[in-house]
Amino acid sequence: MIKAVMVINTQGKPRLAKFFEYLPLEKQQELIRNVFGVLCSRPENVSNFVEAESIFGPDSRLVYKHFATLYVIFVFDSSENELAMLDLIQVLVETLDRCFKNVCELDIVFNYSKIHTILDDIICGGQVLETRSTEIMRAVEEISKLEAAPNAITLIPKSSSGWLSR
Amino acid sequence: MGSQGGFYQSKEFLDLVKSIGEARSKAEEDRIVLGEIETLKRRISDPDIPKRKMKEYIIRLVYVEMLGHDASFGYIHAVKMTHDDSLLVKRTGYLAVTLFLNEDHDLIILIVNTIQKDLKSDNYLVVCTALNAVCKLINEETIPAVLPLVVELLAHPKEAVRKKAIMALHRFYQKSPSSVSHLVSNFRKRLCDNDPGVMGATLCPLFELITIDVNSYKDLVMSFVSILKQVTERRLPKAYDYHQMPAPFIQIKLLKILALLGSGDKQASENMYTVVGDIFRKCDSSSNIGNAVLYECICCVSSIYPNPKLLESAADAISRFLKSDSHNLKYMGIDALGRLIKISPEIAEQHQLAVIDCLEDPDDTLKRKTFELLYKMTKSTNVEVIVDRMIDYMISINDNHYKTEIASRCVELAEQFAPSNQWFIQTMNKVFAHAGDLVNTKVAHNLMRLIAEGFGEEDDTADSQLRSSAVESYLHILGEPKLPSVFLQVICWVLGEYGTADGRYSASYITGKLCDVAEAYSDDETVKAYAVTALMKIYAIEIAAGRKVDMLPECQALMEEFLASHSTDLQQRAYELQAVIGLDAHAVESIMPSDASCEDIEVDKALSFLNGYIQDSIEKGAQPYIPESERSGMLNISNFRNQDHHEASSHGLRFEAYELPNQTVQSRIPPASLASTELVPVPEPMYVRESYQTTIVPSASSDAGSTELKLRLDGVQKKWGRQTHSSATSTSSSTSQKTVNGITQVDGSNTSNSRTRETYDSRKQHVEVTPEKQKLAASLFGGSSKSEKKPATGHKIPKPSSHVVEKSHARKSSMEIASEKKASFQQPPDLLDFGEPTVKSAAPSVDPFKELEGLLEPTTQVASDENHGSTTAAAKSPDIMGLYTETHAGIYDKDDSDILSGLSNPPVTNMFGGTTSMQVAQSSKGPNLKDALEKDALVRQMGVTPSSPNPNLFKDLFG
Repeated sequence: MIKAVMVINTQGKPRLAKFFEYLPLEKQQELIRNVFGVLCSRPENVSNFVEAESIFGPDSRLVYKHFATLYVIFVFDSSENELAMLDLIQVLVETLDRCFKNVCELDIVFNYSKIHTILDDIICGGQVLETRSTEIMRAVEEISKLEAAPNAITLIPKSSSGWLSR
Repeated sequence: MGSQGGFYQSKEFLDLVKSIGEARSKAEEDRIVLGEIETLKRRISDPDIPKRKMKEYIIRLVYVEMLGHDASFGYIHAVKMTHDDSLLVKRTGYLAVTLFLNEDHDLIILIVNTIQKDLKSDNYLVVCTALNAVCKLINEETIPAVLPLVVELLAHPKEAVRKKAIMALHRFYQKSPSSVSHLVSNFRKRLCDNDPGVMGATLCPLFELITIDVNSYKDLVMSFVSILKQVTERRLPKAYDYHQMPAPFIQIKLLKILALLGSGDKQASENMYTVVGDIFRKCDSSSNIGNAVLYECICCVSSIYPNPKLLESAADAISRFLKSDSHNLKYMGIDALGRLIKISPEIAEQHQLAVIDCLEDPDDTLKRKTFELLYKMTKSTNVEVIVDRMIDYMISINDNHYKTEIASRCVELAEQFAPSNQWFIQTMNKVFAHAGDLVNTKVAHNLMRLIAEGFGEEDDTADSQLRSSAVESYLHILGEPKLPSVFLQVICWVLGEYGTADGRYSASYITGKLCDVAEAYSDDETVKAYAVTALMKIYAIEIAAGRKVDMLPECQALMEEFLASHSTDLQQRAYELQAVIGLDAHAVESIMPSDASCEDIEVDKALSFLNGYIQDSIEKGAQPYIPESERSGMLNISNFRNQDHHEASSHGLRFEAYELPNQTVQSRIPPASLASTELVPVPEPMYVRESYQTTIVPSASSDAGSTELKLRLDGVQKKWGRQTHSSATSTSSSTSQKTVNGITQVDGSNTSNSRTRETYDSRKQHVEVTPEKQKLAASLFGGSSKSEKKPATGHKIPKPSSHVVEKSHARKSSMEIASEKKASFQQPPDLLDFGEPTVKSAAPSVDPFKELEGLLEPTTQVASDENHGSTTAAAKSPDIMGLYTETHAGIYDKDDSDILSGLSNPPVTNMFGGTTSMQVAQSSKGPNLKDALEKDALVRQMGVTPSSPNPNLFKDLFG
């Protein structure tokens, strides 16, 4: 199970933090700081894996990828495969890139809710749900379309009609 | 335009982010954020702000909280937003709520009703949003409120909803297994969902269920194997391909599951051999994801009942990992090696040099992984080298957590494999001296016990030797400054027990040392207490032996100090010491017997010595004692309280609507009855039969099952079979066969180039091997002469002894590998051939002519497409190469901190490298695939095509 997804910039500012198990605010901040402390001290050209047990407790692994000014970080337990998680980061970034055409740090900051939407499509309840970036894009676009036509938003029917009663 | 992406943001927010970004100190940032909080507080409580504005405020709140500031004043507004009618506002509300609240927060109760309503919504986007919230916000208490709704959603027509519903159910299972235990069969059912995405999602909960209880899922082995087979044979829609691999994430999950199911089960494992072997052969080891699948294969092979051929493939894959330049792959290689050596310990020997290189790598993660491997392969022959290395590393690091771990591992190994007492004591001294305060006190107690009891042999001289060597080394160590407390405790204890035992040191010498300790570490009460007790023991031994006791003056001073100590414990010990000194030899002998620390002390649990006293009291009229279990009145009261409590809690929340009293009953017999008229045509009783069939004849299917299965076709058809083919035909360009050949040739030479380079590299590496390393290798892996006798198995790393032999050897081995590779590429077709007809039966609605057209150049187009991908990027939208070329062009548009500049510069080369080598695999496999397809076309023309139009992929699994 995936425990957390973080995006931290190279100055240690969190750009996105999503914990799949609830943690109090202070603890989250502490974890982000600790992770950043470990990552920024790692030399270049080493592996993308970090032993994270000292930060996140037993049975936790961390995979990160460094893009320009950002670290994208996944924390998970032994039921996931490290290399696959590395590719999941790739999926996330590729999707963001499709979404924003040349994604940059500012895109992530300004489209906070959109990023979360994307992430919710990829990971649900800590499990990997979708790995096709085309599919994720389609879901996001569907919501964007609604946004583009704010007055035509479908209202939620009050009754529980629809497919259930058919 | 991209940066806005249709999601509205205001100038204000932009300014906020900018100013935070420019803040030069944490204090400045905090000031800005606090200002923002004030603004938000003011505005958010304004009753008539437009929704759009409100939405933005909530997002800003989330942002503020991410920066570590409390935004709880806005939680209620986020909750309010979830009630909104507009999907977008609602979504923002849910997002904020999932980030702000935990499942036990008071406000959750206000959301449950909304979630219930939204789960019933017509709009599937609303349902998805609600399901996301369900995963995060529903706790054990509120599960019953949404459970029936979630179960119904398992049959929702949209696959996105079904997937999320499965995840929600899985989450419920994690939170409270008992509340959904009657529903776990739903996971099995969803395994044969029409949508591979849903099937893939189902693997997550199944993996967890199987981890907990393997035996009740053994019947699914054949199903999993068959699914995996179909995935690897590329029978899933092309959309599931990732970096040219067919659904790798599903493959990985399946391999994990198979590893669990096959563990220690020969029969189950035998069913897996073929498919795992296939993956080894087909897997593309040039891409990251390909290696991920390979690694998972190795894990699977090392977990299931061993098969020599697979083990060999696994060993090959490991050696490729270890030889790679990528630290990631080395890491995986080391990890995989650690798994495999449990089954075939001899494999480590081939990789000794690679392992030693990893041990000296600057990458800390890799180093630690290597130590873990060494820990696993420690034997009595190499324990000294390994533990020495570990201690050296332990001294060099600062990370306390890891220091602790490695220290306890050292201790464990030393206890288990110590070649001599001398070495053992010295090792322990080193560990304690450098990590004394970090090791568990239990370790210290173990050490004391070990010294007291010896190694368990009935050899008293060895034991006393151990003790005296311990005493000697401790006396030596005491000269060093600043020893850890735990270590001092051990030293004091040992000196007290055995300091004078062998007669080499006089009592006054030892007591002097002990007094020094107590004085030097005067701020450590525990150490002082240990020292006093040790003094007492020494004096007791002296008295018992009939010698006259002279207390040293400094010792007397110390005692006086302790008699007036603030610590009652110290006082007590000091008084005891004083009392003991005044006693005669006989009394001392019985209260302080020498070397009796390991004697059992009998404890009279029934307190029988009090019987007389009780008798007296009862005779005087005291109440007899009633055991707790017989105290009936009390029990009733507590029972009553329990009940009360129980009722209170059940009254607290009522989730069921009053007018639907039978709802709970429904949930107990899930959608079975309901579903049969609905979209899931797999009623419960049938399922059992199906799985039964599966185990016997997994592929003899179509007719029996088709009657029931006919229902669910229409939407499916497109999803499963057709899309792949239609997309294939649409992209097919008329490139001739020659190009393919050209590419193959080019690729061939490429591979040989890289081969030779590799050989060169490995040769160079070997030349660099220093004698030291060789020695280390020899000591770690127990002599290197053996592997020389295995020239037949070419691809083992030649060992370091003779460079000349090695060079030619390496070269030869690489040639062998190459030729072997060629051979293996030629082989696979038959499997494909057999598989294919069934596939086609799965997609028969496709126009046969069109199909045939596509068949003529299926591989050509794939290869050429990739080749020209970079130039004709626009042709195909989901083209990764296209993505990257585009970004190359656009990269200079944005000057500030572009992710892609990181993504495109170094990784792009990777990507290109990755795809080119993909071509190698593709094109060399090409002819076979083509053959297969042609053959299939022939079969179809002759009218063998099954009549059933059901394209369900997993049909053959479940009847």
